[in-house]
Amino acid sequence: MGIRFVLMVNKQGQTRLAQYYEYLTIEERRALEGEIVRKCLARNEQQCSFVEHRNYKIVYRRYASLFFLVGVDNEENELAILEFIHLLVETMDRHFGNVCELDIMFHLEKAHFMLEEMVMNGCIVETSKSNILSPIQLMEKAS
Amino acid sequence: MNPFSSGTRLRDMIRAIRACKTAAEERAVVRKECAAIRAAISENDQDYRHRNLAKLMFIHMLGYPTHFGQMECLKLIASPGFPEKRIGYLGLMLLLDERQEVLMLVTNSIKQDLSHTNQYIVGLALCALGNICSAEMARDLAPEVERLLQFRDPNIRKKAALCSIRIIKKVPDLAENFINAAASLLKEKHHGVLLTGVQLCTDLCKVSTEALEYFRKKCTDGLVKVLKDVANSPYAPEYDVSGITDPFLHIRLLKLLRVLGQGDADASESMNDILAQVATKTESNKNAGNAILYECVSTIMTIEENGGLRVLAVNILGRFLSSRDNNIRYVALNMLMKAITLDSQAVQRHRATILECVKDSDASIRKRALELVYLLVNESNVKSLTKELIDYLEISDPEFKGDLTAKICSIVEKFSPEKIWYIDQMLKVLPQAGNYVKDEVWHALIACEQETLVRVAVWCIGEYGEMLVGNAGMLNQEDPITVTESDAVDVVETAIRRHSSDLTTRSMCLIALLKLSSRFPSCSQRINDIVVHYKESLVLELQQRAIEFNSIIEKHQNIRSALVERMPVLDEATYSGRRAGSVPAAVSTSQGAPLTLPNGVAKPTSAPLVDLLDLSSDDGPALSSSGGDFLQDLLGVDLSPAATQQGGNQAQKSGTDVLLDLLSIGTPPAQSSPSTADMLSSVQDNQSSVDILDKLGSPSGPPPQASPPVGSSPMMDLLDGFGPVSSAPVAENNGPSYPSLVAFESSSLRVTFNFSKQPGNPLTTLVEAQFVNKSPNAFSNFIFQAAVPKFLQLHLDPASSNTLPASGNGSITQKLRLTKQPAREETPCNAHTDRL
Repeated sequence: MGIRFVLMVNKQGQTRLAQYYEYLTIEERRALEGEIVRKCLARNEQQCSFVEHRNYKIVYRRYASLFFLVGVDNEENELAILEFIHLLVETMDRHFGNVCELDIMFHLEKAHFMLEEMVMNGCIVETSKSNILSPIQLMEKAS
Repeated sequence: MNPFSSGTRLRDMIRAIRACKTAAEERAVVRKECAAIRAAISENDQDYRHRNLAKLMFIHMLGYPTHFGQMECLKLIASPGFPEKRIGYLGLMLLLDERQEVLMLVTNSIKQDLSHTNQYIVGLALCALGNICSAEMARDLAPEVERLLQFRDPNIRKKAALCSIRIIKKVPDLAENFINAAASLLKEKHHGVLLTGVQLCTDLCKVSTEALEYFRKKCTDGLVKVLKDVANSPYAPEYDVSGITDPFLHIRLLKLLRVLGQGDADASESMNDILAQVATKTESNKNAGNAILYECVSTIMTIEENGGLRVLAVNILGRFLSSRDNNIRYVALNMLMKAITLDSQAVQRHRATILECVKDSDASIRKRALELVYLLVNESNVKSLTKELIDYLEISDPEFKGDLTAKICSIVEKFSPEKIWYIDQMLKVLPQAGNYVKDEVWHALIACEQETLVRVAVWCIGEYGEMLVGNAGMLNQEDPITVTESDAVDVVETAIRRHSSDLTTRSMCLIALLKLSSRFPSCSQRINDIVVHYKESLVLELQQRAIEFNSIIEKHQNIRSALVERMPVLDEATYSGRRAGSVPAAVSTSQGAPLTLPNGVAKPTSAPLVDLLDLSSDDGPALSSSGGDFLQDLLGVDLSPAATQQGGNQAQKSGTDVLLDLLSIGTPPAQSSPSTADMLSSVQDNQSSVDILDKLGSPSGPPPQASPPVGSSPMMDLLDGFGPVSSAPVAENNGPSYPSLVAFESSSLRVTFNFSKQPGNPLTTLVEAQFVNKSPNAFSNFIFQAAVPKFLQLHLDPASSNTLPASGNGSITQKLRLTKQPAREETPCNAHTDRL
């Protein structure tokens, strides 16, 4: 419901982060990622950020070398999801400081933690950056 | 140096994977890592479990199977330290899903963690539960989660709220327990909790009507107030997004209001103010603002009627439509599709803009706009819209063409004011996008009542099949259609198999198939199969043709191509001179269009096929007549001897008669029985050895070697050629005399028919049937029954007596009156006798 998956993919099509909120087998995931990534990467700047795929929509946005793709139900507000993607990026930026693709790659678990604080079971839970980041910062202080 | 030391190792692994140049290399590295991890697991290595799990997650993300790591997750979750638990839960959520049995083992751990003193651990457990719990787990742990909804820490509360959502989705019966708690969540100040609380309420309403009622009554006002507060709140740095405070909360609240207001007038009443305020005051120069406006419009459209608000909403959508940002236009088109059911007038105003969007360069927008246009079509604007769409079809992308064509076809089918217009439009579409026109559309077109069109089309396909396939002779502005040979055969087959095809059409299809079998040798076998199928047809005409054509295809291939050579060109001037009357416009126009074949053709005398039936009429008038009756000849030649006009019989026919001749087998024009006589005579002239039975049934005249119709009894043929059966000479006029005929003779019975025609009534034949009993026994209750083909009408007078004396001592006579009518089908005749 709501959000079905969140993917971060680089320009060559390699997945950098994948979080699914509905169950798919590994083969299905690979196939899905392949299809979607091909579709989105083939689009240019002028085209709109919403792609219809099978029975759901994909909202995507490109930040530098990374594409953020969010698969949502058909009833979801697409503009709100665009905002959400931006919020995610800003949160990561605040934590990592000038976040780039490598940061996400080498600190995958932290990226996951952040995403988990923001989205649960496909719904947006928290939108305040400080609230999101406080448990993570606590954990880092502790370890 | 310990090879399994922490983060560096993960980093190293990632570096190693990144350094791989090929997929095979990557697989090798991953396999090595997996082996190492498996070894560590079996050694029960405590210290670096979580590093291994992190590596496993990375590998999982790349798409490799990692189920051996699942037990590791469990062990990590069970360990006391927070980092271990953290990564354990993360691994749990990534590597497992609700269907795995391993999940059940975690239930106990989660239960303990839910009551943990460390609130972060409680949070972790709630998170995991909220993401992947199964129905059993939900049932087990629901009371815990309920309790946590009132926890002191807002972070826990918000997580508990979302966890509850999953629980009530998995186990809807538990919904009632959560209603009260959810309602109290709505009074929170903390945005996170508010957000999730609203979400919980929304889902409760979806799951349980009781909850819906409760929230409607008690909470609507409260919600409105909350929204007002949020909308009017001062700048809050925490939740601010480009100048608007917490747009996500705005949107969630609007969604809940939508659910509450839908179908309920009171609730909608109370929302009107705040909706108006949000719609007017929200800034729309930033995406966040637009998102809120979009949600607001959506809510307005769903709740109960309020004229003013609706106008406001449609205006906002209009503004969106003219924005340059593709995203905004896309959502506007989306919303308009919903709005159209409520207020189509308002949407019609934006028709021009929407049409522009159909031509947009962005595929998503084009698709949406096309669907919207499809919904906008009504009787008044269908013509202009279709014109625009067809114009666009010419220049559209290939991928889009398919969709566009399908939509155009269905619009045209549903809304066409006249059949003629329908056909015109379809003909315009077909050259452009014939490829994309799906089978159903083809069938629908063929199914339209213009039987004539079908016949013409079928004939054209037969005649000019090779031109169709070779794309020869297309007009300049048309795109080439790639029609394959089997496509052409498909179409003819469709036409022949349709239930509503009448006999004429089917016969024409058979002829077309014969021609195609000669022109398309590759499809010859398939065509033969179709033809063979009709050998068993109960309809005599079809059966006869099928048998003959089959034998031509199988045995007489050397003459086949000569037989089905193309019709020569008709002299248009002569032809139009002969057509005194009006032929329906549709026939002539439709002839022209998609197949772009030469319309008028001038015909020299050397046409092989025609000559076969041209027979004795080589005189001038006959020539011009045959030249003039182009269409007649084309179709008449194929159909029946009746249509070919030879002999002195001039075609003083009105145009409609011409048409009649073309398209109805064997129906003579009203005024001339001479024509029937002619046809017969000409046919007979052809064959010195009058094999009446043979010839009557053979429409296409050709090779004398054609095998006689198998399976058609002489009896049937008689009736087939009813009317002037006998060898009447060429007569200008009525009242030819016909010899009597022994219709049936056996050892016991002889039936004789005497024919006559009344002078003024050429269509009616009087038959006097005479029955003679040859056996030694008398017949009593002798009843003669007759059935006739459909083109005849039978009237039986009562017989002179019912008893037939034996040995020819007497006879029974009975008068029958047969009147000729158009269209025919075969039925056998039977006579019943009763023995003494």
